[in-house]
Amino acid sequence: MTRPNDLLLEMQRRMLRIRRFDERASKMVKRGEIPGTVHTSIGQEAQVVGSCMALADGDYMTGNHRSHGHPIGKGAALGPLMAELVGKANGVCGGKGGSMHLADFKVGSLGESGIVGSSIPIATGAALSAKVLRNGRVSLAFFGDGAANQGCLYEAMNMSSVWGLPIVFLCENNQYALSTPAHTVTAGVIATRAAGFNMPGIRVEDGQDVLKVYDAVKTATDRARAGLGPSLVEVVTYRFNEHSEGLRIATDYRNPAEKEAWLKRDPVKMFRTYLEEQGVADAAMLDAMEAEVMAEVDASVQFAEDSPYPELSVAFKDLYTVPFGVTQ
Amino acid sequence: MTVMSFLGAIGAAQREAMEADPRVIIMGEDVEANVYGTMGGKSRADKGDFLQMFGSDRIRNTPISEEVMVGAAAGAAMTGLRPIVDLSYSSFLYMAMDQFVNQVAKNRYMFGGQASLPVVFRSAMFYGLNTGAHHSDRPYPMFMNVPGLKIMVPATPTDAKGLLRTAIDMDDPVLSFEACLLWGLKEDVDEGEFRIPFGVARTVRAGTDVTIVAISTGVHVALQAAAKLEAEGISVEIIDPRTMVPLDSEAILNAVARTGRLVIVDPAHTTCGAAAEISAIVAEKAFDCLKAPIMRVTTPDTQIPFSPAIEKQLYPDAAKTIDAVRKVMAGRSRGAA
Repeated sequence: MTRPNDLLLEMQRRMLRIRRFDERASKMVKRGEIPGTVHTSIGQEAQVVGSCMALADGDYMTGNHRSHGHPIGKGAALGPLMAELVGKANGVCGGKGGSMHLADFKVGSLGESGIVGSSIPIATGAALSAKVLRNGRVSLAFFGDGAANQGCLYEAMNMSSVWGLPIVFLCENNQYALSTPAHTVTAGVIATRAAGFNMPGIRVEDGQDVLKVYDAVKTATDRARAGLGPSLVEVVTYRFNEHSEGLRIATDYRNPAEKEAWLKRDPVKMFRTYLEEQGVADAAMLDAMEAEVMAEVDASVQFAEDSPYPELSVAFKDLYTVPFGVTQ
Repeated sequence: MTVMSFLGAIGAAQREAMEADPRVIIMGEDVEANVYGTMGGKSRADKGDFLQMFGSDRIRNTPISEEVMVGAAAGAAMTGLRPIVDLSYSSFLYMAMDQFVNQVAKNRYMFGGQASLPVVFRSAMFYGLNTGAHHSDRPYPMFMNVPGLKIMVPATPTDAKGLLRTAIDMDDPVLSFEACLLWGLKEDVDEGEFRIPFGVARTVRAGTDVTIVAISTGVHVALQAAAKLEAEGISVEIIDPRTMVPLDSEAILNAVARTGRLVIVDPAHTTCGAAAEISAIVAEKAFDCLKAPIMRVTTPDTQIPFSPAIEKQLYPDAAKTIDAVRKVMAGRSRGAA
């Protein structure tokens, strides 16, 4: 697989954008600056970015409650995302979506979902339109190990396979559905379920390595674009933070030794080391990238602060194309 | 004009839309075999069928997987297609409730207007045909409780053709509830393209003493009742809302202002049904016009039994409607002791 240097550097930049954005969002939740909660992608950046970078700009993507990383990984501007988290009028969804329901159609992000598994059929439909309209696009559905036990996934895998749809089913296996260990509620290996639907199933054991994720997903998107149909890619990864920010669970459901081992495999730090070792960039260049990303995150917070809150009338907007009744 | 059945009119609207716009596709169980109204002509042999006319890319038999069928149609609509989904029986919509409520209805709103959802979900209400509880539902009221969906309930071939064409051309998601008891109903229908707007009720029959708002098969029940009541000297006006969302409440309120009496014939269940909503609107906005309490003729809150001996009695019929009209006619005038 060819991976030019600018692609490698863009991977690191996008992983950093997710890391710093989510670190800031986490702080803002704790300070009460973001209402409700957020689910961070900290620790899962390689899995997110490796997948997103294997997509072309015009390709489609849907996601889930662990939501910020997906549009950021696909190249969305940070300001409107941060403004959305705060509930402001200049948010990417005008303040009506919030953290769990981000969407940025400009970059092919068709929407995150607060209902586990619920966006998988939407991604399947985007693949259907790509096939019927013959526009060469590919669709990717992000879902977790929890959603791997939702029926709609298997309806979608079956229909995609019989129709030869250009879609990648991307399982982000962070090994816990909130506090429930995946292996206690999941029979067998998720990736092997692909065989039952006559499609390739690939398991990326080291989901902290962005290149391993990228190569696996790129194989799947190339296959989809060539008209060879869907694939299932399962990426094993780990979330570094709690399920959601501010959540306190009395029992320590994650083994401390396990957690410590995974924390050592920080995808952002690992890839920085790789880039330096391979001579793709030196420390000064990577420090400059860090500073640029920090400035971008700072600017996104400023953008959110400068944005007004939506008027109450906005609560009645966008329900229908032409307003009627209370939406008038 | 040509004589069309209700089902033929549905087929004609779909054929017109398929011919007019290559982004329109039909997907559902058994659509290749033209089972539920996808056929425009009298037979495959005489008019050619949709599969022959439009090809397998646009006429898609789906697996029996309602959840992905509904969600994929929404996703396809969000990315440039204009799908018509044939869900066959209305009771099957429940299999896809998450997709209807959390995706179809919410995506345009929740994403701040970024998503457009030009998609139509057709389903047939098989009540009155001894198909038992799993096939006899009239579920449009529960979807009236979900903001973001539009709902059509045509009662005639003309309305079925004109409303369905509007629905397919519209950028909002529409649920079409088609009563099977009406499938064979025939009338003269314009074979050319025409569209009937949503949210505009039809005055089925003019009258001065009492207004009946009637839904779906309720329109035909009301017509039978009105003919009999006329012989008794009671003049009945019948209003068919045709779409439940948007609802032409203005036409209903104006009618009640004229007659002062309201009976609603709605084949759905009583509690939180369409009749309940219409009653509430009239009670809130036209209470002063009412000369008698509002009467509902609905299906009582029980499930539908299979046995032909005990099914049909549950639905609104002419006798129950006549009874309700007599009651409102006997109702005390305002101010009377």
